[in-house]
Amino acid sequence: MPVRKLLLVAALLPGSLLADDVVRVAVASNFIQTAAKLTKHFSETTAVSVRISSGSTGKLYAQIINGAPFDVFLAADTERPRLLEQDGYAVPGTRATYATGSLVLWSRDERLRGRNCREVLQRGDYNRLAIANPETAPYGDAAMQFLVAEGLWQGVSSHVVYGENIVQTLNYAATGNATLAIVAASLMSYPGLPSTVCMWRVPQSSHAALNQQLVLLERAADDEAANSFVEYLRSDRAAAIIERDGYTVVR
Amino acid sequence: MEIFGPLWLSVQLALVTTFVLFLIGTPVAWWLARTAASWKPAAQAIVAMPIVLPPTVMGFYLLILLGPYGAIGSWWFELTGSTLTFSFTGLVIASCIYSLPFAVQPMQNAFESLPRQMLEFAWTQGASKRDAFFSVAVPMSARGFVAAAVLSFAHTLGEFGVVLMVGGNIPGETRVVSIAIYDHVESLQYGAAHQMSLLLLAFAFTVLLGMYMVNRRWSLR
Amino acid sequence: MSGVSSIRQQLIPVQHRASLGSFMLDVDVGIPAQGVTGVFGESGSGKTTLLRCIAGLETGSGTDSRPPHERGVGYVFQEPQLFPHMSVEGNIEYGRRRAGADRLDKDHVVEMLGIGNLLSRKPAGLSGGEAQRVAIAAVLLRSPELILMDEPLASLDQRRKDELLPYLDRLHDELSVPIVYVSHSIDEVCRLCDHLILIEDGRVVADGELHAMLARLDIPMLTGRNAGTVINATPDRHDSDYDLTLFRFSGGELLVPGKYDSTIPNMRLRIAASDVSICRTRPQKTTILNVLPAEIDEIQPTGSSTDLVRLAIGDDLLVAQVTRRSVTNLDLRKGDHVFAQVKSVTVRR
Repeated sequence: MPVRKLLLVAALLPGSLLADDVVRVAVASNFIQTAAKLTKHFSETTAVSVRISSGSTGKLYAQIINGAPFDVFLAADTERPRLLEQDGYAVPGTRATYATGSLVLWSRDERLRGRNCREVLQRGDYNRLAIANPETAPYGDAAMQFLVAEGLWQGVSSHVVYGENIVQTLNYAATGNATLAIVAASLMSYPGLPSTVCMWRVPQSSHAALNQQLVLLERAADDEAANSFVEYLRSDRAAAIIERDGYTVVR
Repeated sequence: MEIFGPLWLSVQLALVTTFVLFLIGTPVAWWLARTAASWKPAAQAIVAMPIVLPPTVMGFYLLILLGPYGAIGSWWFELTGSTLTFSFTGLVIASCIYSLPFAVQPMQNAFESLPRQMLEFAWTQGASKRDAFFSVAVPMSARGFVAAAVLSFAHTLGEFGVVLMVGGNIPGETRVVSIAIYDHVESLQYGAAHQMSLLLLAFAFTVLLGMYMVNRRWSLR
Repeated sequence: MSGVSSIRQQLIPVQHRASLGSFMLDVDVGIPAQGVTGVFGESGSGKTTLLRCIAGLETGSGTDSRPPHERGVGYVFQEPQLFPHMSVEGNIEYGRRRAGADRLDKDHVVEMLGIGNLLSRKPAGLSGGEAQRVAIAAVLLRSPELILMDEPLASLDQRRKDELLPYLDRLHDELSVPIVYVSHSIDEVCRLCDHLILIEDGRVVADGELHAMLARLDIPMLTGRNAGTVINATPDRHDSDYDLTLFRFSGGELLVPGKYDSTIPNMRLRIAASDVSICRTRPQKTTILNVLPAEIDEIQPTGSSTDLVRLAIGDDLLVAQVTRRSVTNLDLRKGDHVFAQVKSVTVRR
């Protein structure tokens, strides 16, 4: 029976895939570009191959506590790594901030050419403002904090649309469906992004720090390759790559 | 946490979509059932595509098509000054495309099983084609219409991927129940997610049970 | 009404050219505005296609571009097409409500077709004959100017046919609406029709008054087992000892088994050519009851071994199918006075 055969194959698979020289990394979707550069660099120097799965931090978290076979988790916040550590899913002491993000206000709308994005936001003469869902995405939460702190929330709330994650939020503005978007500064290096018409850097002081933390997951506690990858991420060479993509790294 | 808001919005969306699909789907189904045109298979394939295509493909194209640079969206923007995306109207358009085959196919099947001569009899009895359609074809296809209504309604209620991509998650406007549940799960609010999911589960079961009971009564008659 | 004969001559022109796949229909004929016109031909000859063209159900044919519902043409299909979601009453009201004017009284039609006790029933519960009667009532109440019937008996078994035929007789006798009746049964045609259109391969072979058409020897379709004539006769008296009825007609008397009501004049008797034989002298001591003096009107060879001989008896004509050898042996010629032995007579109506 084919179904039984499939199950048999599935049962045999993890053993071969979890061989020591493969590291499986769960990456928050805002960091995927940078993670790809890092793993490429890491693999070139160590001959360890890294497999990346990306998704929202919340989704990856739910997958991990339900037994997904990841070795390292690069979250977009500090909350989920903390919970994982506290509940015994992560190796104690491995939690560390690997990058700190920042926000930009961005538009590709030609009608805004020559204008200041921040001023447009203030005056409210635009169609839609896309932010990531504050309830599920840390960058959305930070964007909301900024809007509230600057007293803009009242004015913009009727214009706001919510992206499920920070990349979708950028997509809304990139396809023109939203005039403005508040997104991670790191996304500005995305290849294929339509040319910027206006951009304004949101001061980091206007919201809680967008610290992104990583943890080594419990299943990989004794995995040499995974440990070496975590070590690499804290190295200066990795920090340089991360900074180049618009994050700040506390060394 | 508001539980009934997103559910009610979903029900509204499903009702409006079902109504619009009746208006659009009926002539399409009628034409498909009766035509001998050589490009009928192509038309059928187009109608059936949403069954096969992942919602992400449809969501992606709708995002572009309904956006301010898209064919429909730019026209709408000229007309109203707002985009179709992130609006209830946009969701209705997306849902109609997404659920079209679920409305057309049951109606088409019902129309195809109508004896041709019965319509001819109606015509020769003095009924115009339009008159015969409403007085003979429609009542005789009642089962197909009920199936089409239930399937479009249920399919729209269960819609997620397309709405996720073009909706913008605006409470009261585009934040339908499937999105709300997703967000609750994402933000670890499992309690609220359970409440909504169970409500939806019960609702879906009731609707489908109702349809199958009506169906059984009909087939026993 | 200003005299039946002038109305008889009035014709409804029917002109249709249509090609449906490989089949070509090319018809240009007049349908009498009174009585029942039979359209007779083999299956596949184009009878149904002709009806569909007249009704406007085949598009792109003829000069009439009106849609079916504007033509005032009623159509009785071989299989009755009653609407299953309506009662019998709903079905007969359907066309009536759309007709505008009532030419026929509803109660009369319901009574004439004997469907009074069916009105509240659903079509699904009706027998084939009942359903066809309801369909005919529905068509009549639609007040058509012309009624088309496409083998309305063909899907019924013999019992149901016998049950329905008297109702069709009543239509023939009581209605002024012309009817076109398609059939491939010469018996039905002889019973119900006044005129005959013969159709073959989508073309009209011949058309005319029924009795005259049946007496023609030059039409291959009406030779062989279809050969024979119809005469009108009136039952006179019944011999109860032998259960025979004496009929009078222009050429004399005919004894027919069974009892027939003498109050009905002009019943139709069908005499098949195969049931008629010819004697030079009046036969003595024969089992054949009906022997009639006749004059040979025409002799027509129809096959390698058989000839058709038309006999004039009074104002009526009989046709006899005989072997060519007998024609030669008896030296039968046109104008000869002979005796016709009629072996069997079918009372058609």
